[in-house]
Amino acid sequence: MSVLDAKIPEGPIKDKWTNHKNKINLVNPANKRLIDVIVVGTGLAGGSAAASLAEMGYNVKAFCFQDSPRRAHSIAAQGGINAAKNYQNDGDSVYRLFYDTVKGGDYRSREANVYRLAEVSTNIIDQCVAQGVPFAREYGGLLDNRSFGGVLVSRTFYAKGQTGQQLLLGAYSAMNRQIGKGKIKMYSRHEMLDLVKVDGKARGIIARNTVTGELEKHSAHAVVIASGGYGNVFFLSTNAMGSNVTAAWKIHKKGAYFANPCYTQIHPTCIPRSGDYQSKLTLMSESLRNDGRIWVPKHLKDVEAIKNGTKKPTELSEDERDYYLERRYPAFGNLVPRDVASRAAKERCDAGFGVNETGEAVYLDFASAIERYGKEKATILGEVDASTERIKALGEKVVENKYGNLFQMYEKITDENPYKTPMQIYPAVHYTMGGVWVDYNLMTTIPGCYAAGEANFSDHGANRLGASALMQGLADGYFVLPYTIGDYLAGDIRTGPIPTDTPEFDDALNDVKARLEKFINNNGTKSVDSFHKRLGKVMWNKVGMARNEKGLKEAIDEIKEIREEFHRDVYVPGDMYNLNPELEKASRVSDFIELGELFANDALERMESCGGHFREESAEEDGPQKGEAKRDDVNYAHVSAWEWTGDPSAPVMHKEKLTFNDIELKQRSYK
Amino acid sequence: MKLTLKIWRQKNATDKGAIKTYTLDNVSEHMSFLEMMDVLNEQLITEGKEEPIAFDHDCREGICGMCSMHINGEPHGPDRGVTTCQLHMRKFNDGDTIYIEPFRAKGFPVVKDLVVDRSAFDRIQHAGGFISVPTSGNTQDANATPVPKADADKAFDAATCIGCGACVASCKNASAMLFVSAKVSQFSLLPQGKVEAKRRVLNMVEQMDKEGFGNCTNTGACSVECPKGISLENIARMNREYLKATISGE
Ligand SMILES: Cc1cc2nc3c(=O)[nH]c(=O)nc-3n(C[C@H](O)[C@H](O)[C@H](O)COP(=O)(O)OP(=O)(O)OC[C@H]3O[C@@H](n4cnc5c(N)ncnc54)[C@H](O)[C@@H]3O)c2cc1C
Ligand code: SF4
Ligand code: FES
Repeated sequence: MSVLDAKIPEGPIKDKWTNHKNKINLVNPANKRLIDVIVVGTGLAGGSAAASLAEMGYNVKAFCFQDSPRRAHSIAAQGGINAAKNYQNDGDSVYRLFYDTVKGGDYRSREANVYRLAEVSTNIIDQCVAQGVPFAREYGGLLDNRSFGGVLVSRTFYAKGQTGQQLLLGAYSAMNRQIGKGKIKMYSRHEMLDLVKVDGKARGIIARNTVTGELEKHSAHAVVIASGGYGNVFFLSTNAMGSNVTAAWKIHKKGAYFANPCYTQIHPTCIPRSGDYQSKLTLMSESLRNDGRIWVPKHLKDVEAIKNGTKKPTELSEDERDYYLERRYPAFGNLVPRDVASRAAKERCDAGFGVNETGEAVYLDFASAIERYGKEKATILGEVDASTERIKALGEKVVENKYGNLFQMYEKITDENPYKTPMQIYPAVHYTMGGVWVDYNLMTTIPGCYAAGEANFSDHGANRLGASALMQGLADGYFVLPYTIGDYLAGDIRTGPIPTDTPEFDDALNDVKARLEKFINNNGTKSVDSFHKRLGKVMWNKVGMARNEKGLKEAIDEIKEIREEFHRDVYVPGDMYNLNPELEKASRVSDFIELGELFANDALERMESCGGHFREESAEEDGPQKGEAKRDDVNYAHVSAWEWTGDPSAPVMHKEKLTFNDIELKQRSYK
Repeated sequence: MKLTLKIWRQKNATDKGAIKTYTLDNVSEHMSFLEMMDVLNEQLITEGKEEPIAFDHDCREGICGMCSMHINGEPHGPDRGVTTCQLHMRKFNDGDTIYIEPFRAKGFPVVKDLVVDRSAFDRIQHAGGFISVPTSGNTQDANATPVPKADADKAFDAATCIGCGACVASCKNASAMLFVSAKVSQFSLLPQGKVEAKRRVLNMVEQMDKEGFGNCTNTGACSVECPKGISLENIARMNREYLKATISGE
């Protein structure tokens, strides 16, 4: 085990980034033309990085596995993006955003990175507006804000329930401009399947053209991995079907350390699961918690009556309802952070109060918001004697304006009308705070290989606050990487193009080829999905919302068995040199299985509870915080960064010590 | 439910392709259409006789625009305001026969089975789907230029287009006018996008024509089938912009 150096610049926290930018090496514009950069991923992080690097003059090659860069999973983000603009004059500031994010992450993130994130957050909004991103506005024409969980200010910018879509289209349009100019060469329907190292440095990738099946060698002076999160290791998650760990895992196997793999965000408000055929889970944005109140019946007899259809939730009086978040956390109420809200839902459902057939659902109710907005609207319209019906109708209109597309999505999936009856929701896997370890410059432990966006680990600690992933992706891509990568590339101005007819590229290509051929020729009997589902079940049951030593040890053994059986018995139909979705899945699931084992090992090693990682052995035993997660700052105030050794069961851990100079370590309280 | 599925099979871009018939039992009404396809594929894999059916999909919640099936003669199937991935089996009945084909248009060649190539849409946007600002962040403060809420809302509505191509697939002329006009409108409705409006509309329309999309004859089928309800007003707006740009020249 070694201690990792994050290369955090000297000086007071508020000057670190500026000083660093002033000191790092620059590449002059004429030399940038001689340098190639590969960007894997075109979501908010990769898209903004590709556009910015190309604009600065580098030759960029960008890759995505979808048929267009605009379809990256960032497109699905709903609720919003944070920025310390303080437009609402509610006391927000860069410091407060920094503070909230570190606290929200349960003091397991790197202070200097988070401060920089808060600092550049305001530029993001300026940038996006200039690009034509149609954020929500007020009648005066100025930008509107909403609030998100875990904070006491309104700093979230949004575009109805489609914020990710609009931001991604902004980054995509910036890419289009550079593609049109020939500065970005875009490779859609291409999947990166390995990293190529030359003399220890990242110098290229092996990618498969998924339409023709051809394997291609691509070289560059630096490689950026912005391939998103790995929540699909649970099979069911709110991620898109194709979201995967492959790019991150391949660099891990080539020497990049993987940090805090077990930090997973389980989002409290998702549509509950319905059957075995289920392929994914759908998020209902956190923004709904601004107006929706979460509850379950107070009495078990009412739960029974609802389950057997003799009672409707709307028939229960206020007295018969348990608004458990408001009860347990009076200061933050329904707006506690996600990890807290998820555990509280699980606690109620485990106690038998779940309101659907599977016992895994709670209510998210808009009735009081509809009434409140309806009354406000009636007052504005001067309708003093408005009837209850009229007030409801007016209120529903207001709610529709705010969340229309989410309500429609809910109704399409469940066939229930959430304006009339409360939504049913339950926690689901949503985001992975863990990821590739990077230093302050976003460089991994492989020289010349960078990681950005959800693929890296740096900013969210053990729990991410709502609306901060979009912020981080764009901060990394627009404002951080373009500077820090120059520091490294300054050493490459005389290198010249990297040739691909070398043993390093040939060996990497042959390895990939052998791996894929093995799947095709395996002659097994079981589908890729059947293994992925089995892995997902183990992960959810034993490495999910609550973890303990016994379960984790069992999980590790079970995952090993799944891995062995997968390689022995998976059946991949079709051939290699053609579009073959089963082959793509097989290669991804094989990586998920290896990651799953590391994930469980990491969870086992971390014998404290922090953020989304809840070890049952480490909970407050008494006092006002009874039952809440209990951190152990003496033994665990560090990042666990894992090194691949060639054996998936024998990873080696390295530590990055976390020091907090600007924030006092405290028990996180939202009471 | 029990279903008879008549599905387009085509090995690759050059293969001729044909409809094949499959039957599927035990389809739950709560399944999404793509989950029903998953179950069929799982069945094909278990039988091991032929390859599963290739189709495009990713988000499965109606936002990425990747899914693209022509179901019983309609892009994204019989329901309104939804994509294929949001269509649920409760819209069908026990014993139904369902025809499933790829989106068909000259601008969207078939890649395999139900997968088509929509890269023409990307190329149209390379031609002008952007505002030429640098990504340095050193722009003016976001609130320096107030934008009337009504304009911002309209720009947003146009910008919700997911680029799925159902408008093209539904049009007898395979015209891409609804898509392109949504893109043009999204920018031209905002003060930031007005500066380059002329150049944008001319370049994008020129590329659209090059890609082999047909003319618009105002049948309105596109807007009916559009999962995001993109309005025909956008086409009218683009026509006005185009006319203005060609008359005044640049
Ligand atoms: C439903 C949902 C709602 C959300 N809402 C919010 C929100 O309101 N606010 C917020 O801040 N965050 C939200 N998040 C989180 C946020 O959207 C993501 O964390 C963020 O968008 C990730 O961006 P990214 O650029 O890192 O990766 P992604 O957008 O996932 O992009 C990954 C890219 O990598 C490519 N790729 C991956 N592997 C390979 C490979 N091997 N080869 C080639 N290309 C590859 C993909 O094609 C894609 O282009 C939400 C997440 C979900 C799931
Ligand atoms: S206009 Fe509608 S149908 Fe056409 S691409 Fe956009 S969302 Fe799809
Ligand atoms: S799969 Fe994304 S819109 Fe259907």
